[in-house]
Amino acid sequence: MSLVQFFADNWNHLLGMTWQHIQLVGSAVIVAILTGVPFGIYITQRETLANLVLAVAGIIMTIPSMALFGIMIPVLSLIHQGIGFLPAFIALVLYSQLPIIRNTYIAIKNVDASLRDAAIGMGMTTWQRLRKVEIPLAFPVIMAGVRIAVVLTIGIGAIAAYIGAGGLGVYISRGISTSYAVMVQAGAISVSVLAIAVDYALGRVQTKVQPVKNKASS
Amino acid sequence: MIVFDNATKIYESADKKVKAVDRINLHVEEGQICVFLGPSGCGKTTLLRMVNRLIPLSGGAIHVNGKSIESFDTIELRRSIGYVIQQIGLFPNMTIEQNICVVPKLLGWDRKKMQNRYDELMELMGLNPDEYRKRYPWELSGGQQQRIGVARALAADPPVMLMDEPFGALDPIMRERIQNEFLRIQQNVKKTILFVSHDIDEAIRLGDKIAIFKAGQLMQYGTPDEILSNPKDEFVEDFVGGDRALKRLTLLTVHDLFFKLKHPRKLNGDARHSGSPTIDMETNLRTALSVILSSPTGEAVVADSKNNHVGLLNLHDFEALADIHPFELKSSV
Repeated sequence: MSLVQFFADNWNHLLGMTWQHIQLVGSAVIVAILTGVPFGIYITQRETLANLVLAVAGIIMTIPSMALFGIMIPVLSLIHQGIGFLPAFIALVLYSQLPIIRNTYIAIKNVDASLRDAAIGMGMTTWQRLRKVEIPLAFPVIMAGVRIAVVLTIGIGAIAAYIGAGGLGVYISRGISTSYAVMVQAGAISVSVLAIAVDYALGRVQTKVQPVKNKASS
Repeated sequence: MIVFDNATKIYESADKKVKAVDRINLHVEEGQICVFLGPSGCGKTTLLRMVNRLIPLSGGAIHVNGKSIESFDTIELRRSIGYVIQQIGLFPNMTIEQNICVVPKLLGWDRKKMQNRYDELMELMGLNPDEYRKRYPWELSGGQQQRIGVARALAADPPVMLMDEPFGALDPIMRERIQNEFLRIQQNVKKTILFVSHDIDEAIRLGDKIAIFKAGQLMQYGTPDEILSNPKDEFVEDFVGGDRALKRLTLLTVHDLFFKLKHPRKLNGDARHSGSPTIDMETNLRTALSVILSSPTGEAVVADSKNNHVGLLNLHDFEALADIHPFELKSSV
C-alpha cells in the first residue's frame, strides 16, 4: 500500500519526470525517423550499402546501453556535454536506427515488383513512384518499426538517468542507491505504463492515417 | 506505326554475351494488333519492354510513329504509351478511379477532364462508373481488375499500347470473354498494339499479325492464316501444333464456307432433318465441324441471323475450303 501512498505523495513530481522522459524519447525518435526513413529508402536502391548499413545498425543494437553511455562521456566531455541530455539523446537516436531503417528497407523492398514495374512503365519518376505507390504501401511496416523504436527507447531512456538525463529512470536509480524498493517499483511501473500507453496511442494514430485501407482478403 | 530496325539486346555477364533479342526487323501497321509469340525465354517480353525503354537497346533502333524512341525523354515516352502487364499491377492504395487516372494526373489534366475520361472508359469497359469509383482493386474479381488495367492504359489515349500477357492469369472461360471484349474495344479505339503471348490460340484470335520468336530471333512474321497454312520451318510448325488445320477453321465462319459452295444444299422437307442440330452463320468453322461430327444425321442446319433455315452443311462441304484463305474473304474478322 505504500506504493499507492508513494504515487499519491509524489504525483506532481512524477508527472514532471514523465514529461522529461517523453521529451527525451520524443525528440530522439523524431530525429531517428527523419534520418532513418530516408536512409532506409535510399539503401533500397543500393544493395551493397544496404547490407553494410544493416550490419552496423545491428552491431549498435548489441552494445549494452550502459557501455554506450560510458563511451560517449569522454567524447562529449570535449564540448562539456559529457553527461545530461545530449549523450542520452544521441544514444537513443542510435538505438532507434535499426528498427526504423530495417523496417523501412524491408517494407519498400517488399512492395510487389509488378507494382513497381507498372509505375515505372506508366512514366512515374523515382520520386513519384516512392510518394504515390511505395511509401503508402510500405507505411504500416515503417510504422511498426517506429513503434518498436519508441518502446525500445522508453526502456533504454530509463537507464539514461544514470548519466543525469532525468526522466522516470531517476526513481529507479535513486531507489536502488537508497535501497528504497517502493521508489524502484514506482519508477518501473511508470516506465512500463508509459511504453504501453504510447504504443497504443501510436497504433490508433496508424489506423487513422493509414493510406491503405484494411484489406478484406489477400 | 511501330518499326523495329535491327533492334538488339545483349546481356553481358563476366565471361559471355547473351543475345536476348537479335537484330529484329519488324513493321507494325497503325491500328493493328501484333502478337509476339514464342516459348518462354525467346525474348518476346524483352523486345516489348524495349519499346518504352524499360530495357535499353544495345543496338539498332525502334521508331514509334516515325520518331526514334531515343529522341524522346524517357518519362514522356512512357506516358505516351499504354502499358498493361499480366500481374495487372493496380495500385492497392488507390481507388479504381485514381488508378485509371494515374497517367492523366501525371500529365496534369484538370479534375473535370479526368472525371469525364474515367466515366467514358468505364462505359467502354462495360462497367458502371459510379459503382466502382470509390472501390479498391481487391474488391474486384480478376476479370474486372484486368479490365481496369486495360482502361488505365487507355486513359491518356495513347496511340500505342504494350500488353504483356495481359489475360494470362485468367481462367479459360474468362479469358475468352475478355479477349472478345478486347477486340470489340479495339474496333472502337484502333490502337497500335504489341501483345505478348505464349498461347497460339490467343494469338490467332487477337492478332492481325503474329511474330514468332525463338531464342531472340524472329522466326516468322505474318497474318495468322499465313502462319497456320504456311509455317516457314519445323520450329514454327511444331509451335503452332499438329492441329493447325483445325485452328485455321477458327478464322472462318459458316457464312464463309456456305457461300463458297457451288451447290449449297437447300432444305427439302423438315422430316429428314429433324435430328440435325442448328448452327448459325457467325459460328466459326471449328465449332461447326464439331457440331457436324456429333450430329446423328451427319449434317447441320444453317440458320441466318433471323433464324431462317437456309441450308445444310455436312462433312464433304469442308472440302471446298481447300486453298481458301481468310484474307480473300471480306467477312473475316
